[in-house]
Amino acid sequence: MIKALAARLRQGYRTNRYPVEAPSLPPRFRGKPAVDFSKCPPGCRACEKACPSRAMDAEAKTLDLGRCVFCADCSRACPQGSLKFTTDHRLAAWKREDLVLGSEFRKPKGAPDTPWRRLYGRSLKLRQVSAGGCNACEADINVLSTITYDLGRFGIQVVASPRHADGLIVTGPVTENMKLALEKTYRALPPPRFVIAVGACACSGGLFAGNAEQSGGVASVLPVDLFIPGCPPHPFTILDGLLRVVGKIG
Amino acid sequence: MTLSALKDIPLLGQAEFRDAVLAAVGRKARVASFFGAPIGGRTRIFAVLAHPEEGSLGVLSCDAGESFPSLTPDCPQVHLFERELAEDCGVRLKGHPWLKPVRSHRTATNFYALAGSEVHEVAVGPVHAGIIEPGHFRFQCHGETVYHLEIMLGYQHRGIEKTLKGPGPRTLRLMETAAGDSSIAHASAYCQVVEALARGHAPARAVVLRGVALELERLANHVGDLGALAGDVGFLPTASYCGRLRGDLLNLTAAACGSRFGRGWLRPGGVDFDLEEDLADQCLEKLDAALRDAGGAVELLWSSPSVIARFEETGPVSRKAAQELGLVGVAARACGIPRDARYEFPSGIFRMVQIPVSVWKTGDVFARAYVRWLEIQRSGAFLEEQLPALPPGPLAVGLRPAASDSLAVSLVEGWRGEVCHVAITDALGKFLKYKVTDPSFHNWMGLGLALRGTPISDFPLCNKSFNLSYCGFDL
Repeated sequence: MIKALAARLRQGYRTNRYPVEAPSLPPRFRGKPAVDFSKCPPGCRACEKACPSRAMDAEAKTLDLGRCVFCADCSRACPQGSLKFTTDHRLAAWKREDLVLGSEFRKPKGAPDTPWRRLYGRSLKLRQVSAGGCNACEADINVLSTITYDLGRFGIQVVASPRHADGLIVTGPVTENMKLALEKTYRALPPPRFVIAVGACACSGGLFAGNAEQSGGVASVLPVDLFIPGCPPHPFTILDGLLRVVGKIG
Repeated sequence: MTLSALKDIPLLGQAEFRDAVLAAVGRKARVASFFGAPIGGRTRIFAVLAHPEEGSLGVLSCDAGESFPSLTPDCPQVHLFERELAEDCGVRLKGHPWLKPVRSHRTATNFYALAGSEVHEVAVGPVHAGIIEPGHFRFQCHGETVYHLEIMLGYQHRGIEKTLKGPGPRTLRLMETAAGDSSIAHASAYCQVVEALARGHAPARAVVLRGVALELERLANHVGDLGALAGDVGFLPTASYCGRLRGDLLNLTAAACGSRFGRGWLRPGGVDFDLEEDLADQCLEKLDAALRDAGGAVELLWSSPSVIARFEETGPVSRKAAQELGLVGVAARACGIPRDARYEFPSGIFRMVQIPVSVWKTGDVFARAYVRWLEIQRSGAFLEEQLPALPPGPLAVGLRPAASDSLAVSLVEGWRGEVCHVAITDALGKFLKYKVTDPSFHNWMGLGLALRGTPISDFPLCNKSFNLSYCGFDL
């Protein structure tokens, strides 16, 4: 007992002050890309060729964050410096098309004023389903329940049964073998219910888009209300998204 | 890493192949990988044999022919490889005692069932009551006691292997997502295969940085696992502290390369991110603090009789069973088997620097927890030795195109155990076959055995003590 108390004292208070204080992210963290295609010479496709997940479209001059795995291979390949990854962790979008960055930086639109959002302001219960996730997105959702992030202080909790849940938080491209289980879990949620897609795979199929073994993202199976891109998204990126759902961030 | 021209790999008759594999396994070799590849329009079976005593790798092959007599009755460790061979390549196996699907859900699985009025079956999954990947578990129970656990996987199958067409940036990113918590281990194995095929070497600084990345990955996961084990027996102090510390350790990797899982750090030919002197110093300082806190948090486990009572003699696996099944990694070392690719088949920095192999003999949850603790200390010591003394020089070198008609093997000791990658190239140096064997592929059956005779309520604890990858198995 004395040992446990001594250890408790040594460990100290470890919960961050997000969102009151900005998160401390390392300078090398790759968050929202700043794109400026105006410098691109005509016909240059270096970024598109370098992109492993077909997120870049050099002709349309767009970068689809829903597909992006944030490897920065595009920015290394770019001869003009048109692409830079900033440390901005805020990536969540209510609409899939808001994840497509063009030369005119499109600011994601505000939250839709749906009745369920007013319902969940102070208490939000989520059920997580991994449908082909590689355990990186899962791990960074899991970490939100540790004392570092303490998700419970926002009234948000990941629960064990879909019957207790208000929404689903889904990772992975939705593999063929998980499709039925995902649909059944969704149907087990009492309405009104909503779906959050976390990670490049869940947003678009990510690196696996096109493979016959998967569906190309959650939206091809269920209606998705919030997209949180990344490979995996940083815990702060996921937290930012969840706080938008409960209206604690604009 | 080993490279051989395809024509130099012995092509044996089926009977000779069988005798050679069994003889090697009799001499304590282990089947590191076993798969079929399409060569000349026919399926050829390859066996990668790891001889720990000689520290050598051997590859044998034979034609699958009309049918192939199963090795499983005489060599249990290939049981799953053979099932995979039947599923992926359509090889007709004769005499396999347990020929069920591995990942395919096209046919209904015929689960093993106990008969009798006093036995019952418990089915769990694929969706579980936590943030965890999907899998289906069938317990055959008598009262509380589990007689048999059958594990059905495949839910995470994304079809990775067949999309690997050749070396390239896309292949690297796919390997980083083969099993997300082992991004560094799989990226390392992939980079080594590509370097072997190109007959190139990563420069010294990159080699050490890869070792640093691999051990950071081990530290974060082991610390997280000890916290999760504490949580599963309701011991919240260690669960809370280790949950935080795991994040702190992942953040060290993020400070180096921007990603908490080490994505983007490695590339064939070297690494993409350096740890400059001041960054290495900062890492060292934070590592020191994290290790000190981890020591305090984990010592609480060993000094709490209520924890020890739950860990000891729970979910035991015998050394003999571990040996026969070919278990790897923490699960094998917890059965007293000193199996560690960093020691037996060292590559990269581990050819120069030895990390002592951590072994415990009891084969139970305690052993799997304690081996992790030993490894945390030894990996920590390795990092504290390497970080202040990174060799100077470039971070990466250019590589030649991959050798044609060749086979390359690479073994890396990830935090779960041995990661084995094998590439076979065609006449153009593209992949004819790329085979990824995650340690979980060897170890899931070990979890099944650990549950025999164990109360079903101990399943979460046993499962966590193995902490195997679903997507690494399903790929």
